[in-house]
Amino acid sequence: MTRKLKTEAPSRVTSFPLTRRAGGLGSLALLLACTKAKAQEQGFPLGPPQASSISTRVDAIFYTELTLALIIAFSVCFLVVFFCFKYRHGSRANRSNPPSRNAKLEVAWIGIPVLLALIFFAWAARTYFDMYNPPPGAIDIYVTAKQWMWKLQHPEGQREIDALHIPVGRPVRLIMTSQDVIHSFFVPAFRIKQDVLPGRETTTWFEATQAGKYHLFCAQYCGLNHSRMTGWIYAMEPADYERWLSQTQGEPTLAAQGERLYEQLGCSGCHGASNTVRAPTLEGLYGKPVPLSNGQVVIADDRYLHDSILLPKLQVVAGYKPVMPSFKGAISDDQVMELVAYIKSLGNNAGRADPRLPQNAVGAGAETTYQQQSVKARIK
Amino acid sequence: MSVPEEHRGSLWNVLTNVGVAIGGAIGLNALLRTLRGQPEATPLLKPPLAGPAEHTPREEIVEAVVAERQHSYLDDGYTVRSWLLSTDHKRIAILYMLTITLFFFIGGIAATIIRLQLVTPQGGLVQTATYNRMFTIHGIIMVWFFLIPAVPAVLGNFLLPLMIGARDLAFPKINLLSWYLFVFGGLFTTAAVIGGGVDTGWTMYAPYSSLYSNSQVLAAAAGIFITGFSTIATGVNFIVTTHTMRAPGLTWFRLPLFVWTIYATALIMVLATPVLAITLLLIFAERVLGIGVFNPAQGGDPLLFQHLFWFYSHPAVYIMILPGMGIVSEIIPCFARKKLFSYTTVAIATFGIAGIGFLVWGHHMFVAGESMYASLLFSILSFLVAIPSAIKVFNWTATLYKGSIRFQTPMLYALGFIGLFTVGGLTGLMLASLAVDVSLHDTYFVIAHFHFIMVGGMVMAYLGGIHYWWPKISGRMYPELWGKLAALTIFIGFVLTFLPQFVLGHLGMPRRYFHYPPEFQALNILSTAGASILGVGYILPLFYLLWSLRHGEKAPANPWNATGLEWQTASPPPKHNFDATPIVTEGPYNYQPEESERDNRSSEESERDVSATPGR
Repeated sequence: MTRKLKTEAPSRVTSFPLTRRAGGLGSLALLLACTKAKAQEQGFPLGPPQASSISTRVDAIFYTELTLALIIAFSVCFLVVFFCFKYRHGSRANRSNPPSRNAKLEVAWIGIPVLLALIFFAWAARTYFDMYNPPPGAIDIYVTAKQWMWKLQHPEGQREIDALHIPVGRPVRLIMTSQDVIHSFFVPAFRIKQDVLPGRETTTWFEATQAGKYHLFCAQYCGLNHSRMTGWIYAMEPADYERWLSQTQGEPTLAAQGERLYEQLGCSGCHGASNTVRAPTLEGLYGKPVPLSNGQVVIADDRYLHDSILLPKLQVVAGYKPVMPSFKGAISDDQVMELVAYIKSLGNNAGRADPRLPQNAVGAGAETTYQQQSVKARIK
Repeated sequence: MSVPEEHRGSLWNVLTNVGVAIGGAIGLNALLRTLRGQPEATPLLKPPLAGPAEHTPREEIVEAVVAERQHSYLDDGYTVRSWLLSTDHKRIAILYMLTITLFFFIGGIAATIIRLQLVTPQGGLVQTATYNRMFTIHGIIMVWFFLIPAVPAVLGNFLLPLMIGARDLAFPKINLLSWYLFVFGGLFTTAAVIGGGVDTGWTMYAPYSSLYSNSQVLAAAAGIFITGFSTIATGVNFIVTTHTMRAPGLTWFRLPLFVWTIYATALIMVLATPVLAITLLLIFAERVLGIGVFNPAQGGDPLLFQHLFWFYSHPAVYIMILPGMGIVSEIIPCFARKKLFSYTTVAIATFGIAGIGFLVWGHHMFVAGESMYASLLFSILSFLVAIPSAIKVFNWTATLYKGSIRFQTPMLYALGFIGLFTVGGLTGLMLASLAVDVSLHDTYFVIAHFHFIMVGGMVMAYLGGIHYWWPKISGRMYPELWGKLAALTIFIGFVLTFLPQFVLGHLGMPRRYFHYPPEFQALNILSTAGASILGVGYILPLFYLLWSLRHGEKAPANPWNATGLEWQTASPPPKHNFDATPIVTEGPYNYQPEESERDNRSSEESERDVSATPGR
């Protein structure tokens, strides 16, 4: 039985001897290695710049998966073409005892993909955990999305529209809400994306590792000008960032604005020192555990403060009457953010990312309901 | 019927009488043959090694074919009414085929506008509002009015009774009703388009669709809601038919794979579609009645919409792809002349896909605000749902080993399916990876992924199936050269259109973007160029298939020498499908590659002869 190809084989089908295939795979591997190396540089055409602390890790998963996918796809395609050529009708190949089962082969081609699936799942999940845990010391940026623009507020009061200046080398946490429909904050260079929802806050974080100007896109279709709801992230060297901060002062800080609102809305009437109605004190409240009237204990985080203003009867502090009025509809989302910033500044917390908070320990890129929040508090 | 006075005794009179006499003779001959039963309708499922025309003179073939043709379902009434009120599953399949083809081209026009628009970064072809309506209607039409009905309602309707040896489906009248529901739903959607269009995206996320959009959301939702009942009716029909109407001896594990996949698809249709119906009703409730189901200001949750929507829409994609896999499982054994490798495993894998497919919907919501723990579960399940699909791909490849392979058009489509579906499936695994999906979600990477599966996979499988069963459906052979040319054009056009989109998505270009940064332009131009080639590829079959109805070679009962009960009756079949209930004594795909090789003609000779004696 000869394995030589027939000389009168149709020329339209090329042959794939083993050496050529090995050479092909080898050059593919080399190409991918060069690709990976080049991907470190900004603006490489096959991938966005690696500009954040997580970018290289995410890219490692992606390119490994891509390599494996190419190998599998090429192998399948090669086998299909090879079999089609070798066993084409009229060829003199050995067709005796054509198999219709092969238990060993089947176990292999089921077992190996399952194993690979578990490996890649675990690797990607591990990296995902880290993408939702901002380290301590993150700068909190408050983001409000509305059709069709991004409003960003720095803790020191600077406001930006469709742009964000941040320093390289410091973690930045985005606390985001929408004023209307669902949007999504997407920065390809940082490998982050997080949907921004109305009526709740979602968070994400990043740490820029490379100064530069990076695209910001809205990645959830939100209506007419969805594709114009774009902007720029300016990652700056720390010195440049400080200079920028000082140049754009002039607006009162978020907390200061919050303080003004606090007085205007009469919050100190109950929560202040000379209160006439008994209400929990807010001094140093942020980040502390709060016992509720139903026996649960929750941590007073951004979400708790936000909900206490808008839905005060949802979680009543133990030992207090549920008499706080709701401010839903009376104040805007921006104003709620300012009040929360002010309350956070009371005591000695000053807006730092509290490591005791669930979202800083057990990953929470998205906002959780208060039930889940309580569960997490109990687990801790 | 009396001959008019002036014509009596004339040449016309003579010719007419002679014609009637000959026609009567032929008809009587055919009638007697039919009553005697076709020689091929034997109890055994052996494929005839020698085709009916090995040594038979051509004239006898023609006469036999004409005789068979005279009593086919196509001859059972020529009026429009006989078609529109027919409960014959074969006619209903044709009705569906015409309707979905129309919708395919409407959705294709929308895609053309999208791709033309995206040639330049700042657009300019159409207004933003129009563009948003274009991608919405492209999605709605292609998903609900083309992909979901295509194989089940056209090929499934036509073939399921034939493949199991039955006379019709279990509920023929409900079958007809399902087509009318489909058309009725289509009318609503058309009304939505004419009335100004919908601009919510086919996914219709709340609160944009329920509170903010000023477009024809309700009309479109009504159309989809109604069409959903068409799907449910079809699903119920298929399930009951498969359970109760199989021919004697046709046990479950003797069924062709196509029946398995249609059955699994029908299960998904019946279980998942009601969830979509409820979701659309809730959109209606919020939009019209002001009940704040998804509106946070009223205590609702926008994420609830996504859970409900994707709980249906993920199984829906398995409704779309499983029948395509069934078609490939029919074509490959036939054209490789070899049993399907590990048939039982492929059958079980079908249910693996259907079952796990219900558990992965949250992978559309990794960055939507879903709990991280839920995301973990959905991620691992999404990896696992790929395993049964991988099993099928490996089994198809192994079926080719030691086969005796021919490359007629259906085989080209099936082979193309294997390659493109594999690529699409592997990129799905990248999307299932949590950390990577954060970057790739809602970008062109996702678009490329699902088009590889839906278009590179499903549409190619559909076209492969249409070509494979065209002789059975129409009684004619399609022109083989044009078939091959169209298949090749579609493959090349498809790859050129969608491969660049993977890169675009990885670079960060988001979906549904009317404007994009200029650095993405080159890849967009490449994609549009591919789309123009793809369009040509799709238009070609429209022409040559229609042409073949008149001028194509008349097809014998089994032009491909395939196994399967549908090939044991005439092409096209009589209305009652089989003259005698077939009795099945063997499993499916009883092909012998070595015996096929003993026919020593070279493949070129076989192909030249394909118009005279199709397939061997």
